[in-house]
Amino acid sequence: MPDTVIGSARSRGRNRPLWHAPGLVLSLFVLVIVVSWALVPNWWTTHDPVTGVPAERLLGPSSAHLFGTDETGRDVFARVVHGAALSLQATVIAVLVALVAGSLLGLVAGYRGGWADSAIMRVVDVLLAIPSILLSLALVTALGFGTTNVAIAVGVSRIADFARLMRAETLRVRSSVYVEAARVSGLRWPGVLTRHVLPNAFGPVLVLGVLTFGTAVLEVSALSFLGFGAMPPAPEWGSLVSSGRGFLATAWWLTTFPGLAIAAVVLAGNRVARAIDRETEHQ
Amino acid sequence: MGVAVVTAGKVPVSYVLRRLTQTVLVLWAAFTLSFVILYLLPGDAVLTKLGSAEGGITADPEELAAIRAEYGMDEPVLVQYLDRLFAALTGDFGTSVTTGETATHMVVSALPSTLAIAVPALVLAIVIGGGVALLGTYTRQRWLGQLLLSLPPLGISLPPFWVGLLLIQLFSFELRLLPAMGAEGISSVILPSVTLALPVGAIVAQVLAKSLATQQAQPYVDVVAAKGASRVRVHIGHVLRNAAVPALTLAGVVTGNLLAGSVVTETVFSRDGIGRVTADAVTAQDIPVVQAVIVLAAAVFVLINLIVDLVYPVLDPRIAHTPAAGPAKERIHA
Repeated sequence: MPDTVIGSARSRGRNRPLWHAPGLVLSLFVLVIVVSWALVPNWWTTHDPVTGVPAERLLGPSSAHLFGTDETGRDVFARVVHGAALSLQATVIAVLVALVAGSLLGLVAGYRGGWADSAIMRVVDVLLAIPSILLSLALVTALGFGTTNVAIAVGVSRIADFARLMRAETLRVRSSVYVEAARVSGLRWPGVLTRHVLPNAFGPVLVLGVLTFGTAVLEVSALSFLGFGAMPPAPEWGSLVSSGRGFLATAWWLTTFPGLAIAAVVLAGNRVARAIDRETEHQ
Repeated sequence: MGVAVVTAGKVPVSYVLRRLTQTVLVLWAAFTLSFVILYLLPGDAVLTKLGSAEGGITADPEELAAIRAEYGMDEPVLVQYLDRLFAALTGDFGTSVTTGETATHMVVSALPSTLAIAVPALVLAIVIGGGVALLGTYTRQRWLGQLLLSLPPLGISLPPFWVGLLLIQLFSFELRLLPAMGAEGISSVILPSVTLALPVGAIVAQVLAKSLATQQAQPYVDVVAAKGASRVRVHIGHVLRNAAVPALTLAGVVTGNLLAGSVVTETVFSRDGIGRVTADAVTAQDIPVVQAVIVLAAAVFVLINLIVDLVYPVLDPRIAHTPAAGPAKERIHA
């Protein structure tokens, strides 16, 4: 990954063909594969992710079972492939919750100003004061367990970032000359918001959404590792790692491969996010 | 800088008071937010849990009403809120529904066990993270710099629970050097500390490297070098010195991360501590304990930020306390 150097790489990364950044190409490749796991798992594996073959318990990785088999004879690769849908779905929900709720709060704070702004930003201060995983845990306690609740909890714990960004963008656009011109020509505030503020703020907010993707994968899988996600035998990635814990000494493949899948997706997501961030910074 | 430190480094009393008020307000808001999430959000779902934790399934409305009364939930919401707020002011967050102990006692008695891995983790994170950032920005070998500075993004991307399990596989089961779990002796602290240090060290390295790179581009670096200072002296004596002070604003985030990371780390290594208490409390939907942990985390975060903000102008006299200067976290998340 030649572009990871902080600062000095900024100028070199510009306007180069994609194949000059092999790390980025590899990351995109990883993401495409994992998305295809989620959409069409049957292209990748014919093994059943839920029912195992008792005769094939705890087999090491081989050509028949790429990631080996677990204690009930289930193919681990099939479970990782089928789990992609659950884990990615949760991540997308989390990012959407954070993006939509955070942006709305930021928009209202920036546009209304006054007490609404103060109230919203104090809530944001509090959200920032509590480590996000503890905040998600509190929400999971209240909402109950399950993939969707975990996703919502992770999303809510990330609202603050989006609210701050959207508020700053709203304030920036609000004080610009063309908005003043639009106001003078008779455009009302709702029109200003939808025609000027939202389109202008959309770019940076989207970049933050991509940046949040990696963290969201990590937090969703951490919560499902702790046992608050999908109920077994659902093959969520975090719970796959967790269920292999009992076989650390005898069957290393049970924890190693699902964890590798999580790490690969997060690394790839963060690499792509950095590239997008760098590109938009130049514009 | 001698004279300037003394005169400009003084912190005005009005500023201290304002920051103190801010701190208290954020704490109060953290309590309120956790009350809203934990006591108001679900309604009867949690009530049922409270009941079933006491023994038996309580679907029967009469029993539900009895439990509601026992936990003060038949009162109007505002009365409940004020009751709990005043109790919390005296350090009382209620009684755990699983152990029967007070939530505060459970959290406080778990603290030493967590500190036993959090303090070594912090030292590791600063030494290794700082080392990576310093060497990565110092070296003139391009490949080495690129290699070192690609480590922090890697460290942030690895799931900590997975890293912990890999360490157990390697050091406990393959090499048989260190225990996989428990809390006996120094050897049992090593793997959890390393696991906890990884994400924190990555953040330290990332922020410090960025700060160092910014300082390296400043004109004073050329001046000092032109006056004949060695590269090491420029890097350590000048660049690091200027870069370290902004990195100090990270203290609150780092502490919060250590506390948050203890949840996964202590679960992986089956250790007692605040993280384990939290995970168990969430599993049992033990609301008073969860609230105590949340408020504690917020308190630690705002107090550390308060201290950093008050010490900051002493370390860096250029920072003036104008009303526009926000709290430390404004700078961290910017």
